[in-house]
Amino acid sequence: MYRVAKKEVLVPNTVYLRIEAAEIARKAQPGQFVILRVDEVGERFPLSLAGWDKKEGTVDVLFLIMGRSTMKLAALAEGDSILDVVGPLGRPSEIEAYSSVLCVCSTFGVGPTIPLIEALKEKGNKVISVMEAKDEGFLFWEDRLKGLSDETHVVLGDGSRGKHRQASEFVREYLESGNRVDRVFALGRVFMMMECSNVTRPFEVKTIVALTPIMVDGTGMCGCCRVSVGGGTKFTCVDGPEFDGHAVDWELLIKRKRAYLREEAQAFDLWHIENLRRLAELSELSGRSSVV
Amino acid sequence: MTMTEKPKLNLNRVPIPKQAPEERRANFSEVALGYTDEMAMEEAGRCIDCKKPGCKDGCPVNIDIPGFIKAMQEGDMPEAVRILKSKNSLPGICGRVCPQETQCELTCNLARKDAPIAIGRLERYVADWEIAHPEAVKQGDGGVEPSGRRIAVVGSGPAGLTCAADLAMLGHGVVIFEALHVAGGVLMYGIPEFRLPKAIVQGEVDYVKSLGVEIRLNHVIGKIATVDDLLGEGFDAVFLAPGAGAPMFLDLPGENLSGIYSANEFLTRTNLMKAYLFPQYDTPIQVGKRVAVFGAGNVAMDASRCALRLGAEEVYIIYRRSRTEMPARLEEQENAEEEGVIFKLLTNPSRFIGDERGVIRGVELHDMELGEPDESGRRRPIRKPDSEFVMDIDIAIPALGTRPNPIIPSTTEGLELTKWGTVLTDEGTGTTSKERVWCGGDMATGAATVISAMGAARRAAISIDAWLKNSG
Repeated sequence: MYRVAKKEVLVPNTVYLRIEAAEIARKAQPGQFVILRVDEVGERFPLSLAGWDKKEGTVDVLFLIMGRSTMKLAALAEGDSILDVVGPLGRPSEIEAYSSVLCVCSTFGVGPTIPLIEALKEKGNKVISVMEAKDEGFLFWEDRLKGLSDETHVVLGDGSRGKHRQASEFVREYLESGNRVDRVFALGRVFMMMECSNVTRPFEVKTIVALTPIMVDGTGMCGCCRVSVGGGTKFTCVDGPEFDGHAVDWELLIKRKRAYLREEAQAFDLWHIENLRRLAELSELSGRSSVV
Repeated sequence: MTMTEKPKLNLNRVPIPKQAPEERRANFSEVALGYTDEMAMEEAGRCIDCKKPGCKDGCPVNIDIPGFIKAMQEGDMPEAVRILKSKNSLPGICGRVCPQETQCELTCNLARKDAPIAIGRLERYVADWEIAHPEAVKQGDGGVEPSGRRIAVVGSGPAGLTCAADLAMLGHGVVIFEALHVAGGVLMYGIPEFRLPKAIVQGEVDYVKSLGVEIRLNHVIGKIATVDDLLGEGFDAVFLAPGAGAPMFLDLPGENLSGIYSANEFLTRTNLMKAYLFPQYDTPIQVGKRVAVFGAGNVAMDASRCALRLGAEEVYIIYRRSRTEMPARLEEQENAEEEGVIFKLLTNPSRFIGDERGVIRGVELHDMELGEPDESGRRRPIRKPDSEFVMDIDIAIPALGTRPNPIIPSTTEGLELTKWGTVLTDEGTGTTSKERVWCGGDMATGAATVISAMGAARRAAISIDAWLKNSG
């Protein structure tokens, strides 16, 4: 059992958890993920590591409530326990002295971007972070990014900050303006990562993306998370999760992620019906209108 | 029958009762129901206690087969249990999934008369008897002096459990590291409930724990700790038994369409994650109406029979060779066919066809014929020209075997591999190129059987024990 040491609802739909998992914390590196199973009937699903504290023996995750499993996880309170947490899985990010690095992130991708920037800074890189959110209400950790990065830019989908509505538009203009960029990391929504890869391609700036296909075991055993990169099949859990965004078959990834939409909706609905009272209690406790 | 007079040669093997095919294809309960007391005694009574028993030589873990059957004949069930368990810590599992027809029952002297003793069924009966009579068998009270030595076992499948049990019985401290959230490895995620009930597996895992073995779940060695970490953190030796690992695909156009599952994924969702109970359990699975399983080994049989039980209307085994070359156990082939699995032999796929949503709709197949024997001794399948046709399917399941998982090899320095990516291992002792590291099971040999993994684990345990004694 892995105890939830800290919980924060960052914005509607997005939850941050600090989990007691000392052995995982000891080995965690940027780019890696954990597989969780919340309870006995739960499914196994991956979440990127958003931080760790080797001394305290904790790891952090940050996730979007998307379905039954993330809803179950979001419904845990501080002091509650998660049945299974496995990790750290996947290959760590390649962190080198690139010189000038653009780190683009949105929603759940903001989490793993934090340790990534820390590691990049440690290697002496200049880090320009770009954060995309729907609107001010969905923006979080802007200060944290500012504190770590040399420059931070926020792009809001409603156009209320600057002229861009998508992070990729900012990236294109940044490159077009002749700014030096040696490497791009894009972590978050699939569409955002795909668009960023598309805009950096003509500039031949290597763009690393962190893929989030459906997984089961997370250790290379089942092949559920297979993606096509550079024309070859790769297992995201052991060969990734980070790949060259210019080589990823995005269409295949998006289609495979949608394979269980019907079942996911069915399971999510069922959870809501079974947990109406719990939901009401949760929204009272959090002091917010609702976490859903 | 009295015990002193030699019984007459009885060539009537007692059949094992099974659920009727039309009934069992709709449930996940065990197919073979097991002998009743009377049946077991009748079958045990057929053993003629030969002067030169062949059965023992056929057993990879050298069970004293005539001994435990004799104890049964004498009505001393606790003694039968003790004899069995002195050589095999997992009899309930082996009695169900061992290919006895190529092992002990092949070398039984009565096999010459086409009526070998049903050793596997008797083994299962004895194991199940113990479960039903937990008080009857006094476990040895340890008795062995603790050696103070510690061994890390990587993986809790058949090899890991066997090696751990053997070493614990010799007085060594053993910790098993298991990657998944339950112990048992392939016995839990791979072999279906209807062939090996999970309660039986967990009972045998509990037995191994009762010997003093500690099991740490959710520990992927190579990630949470490397093999060298284990060696540096107080373990004298490491036994690697992480299993077969990575599934192979057909390497054909369209194989990443949704609806194409590796057999490993299909079985893991079904068995380990209990997708057949969705939505009570959270993990979904899709089966549709028409399912094609590619390959004809035991795993292909398991996947096809799971698909039927999950509600598929038509399930095909598609195999490029003919029936005689099918690698699955005859009994499993028969079970599958009885339940309605359709064998489409001398047929091979060339591509998968999907719709605009990236979901599989069909597979293009072509006919094959057999040519001259190849390296494996089996006749080489050759593509028949102009024989292409398309079959509509909702789900495809390649069951083609596995390659070694890269996690441990890529994180362990000094561990030499074979050209197949398996760990270079001495067959007789399980030693590897790395000091203090042994290996066994599929990681050493490539995909094989439960019992061969157990045999390798037994030999490694003996070697580890000898090394510990010599290294003071």
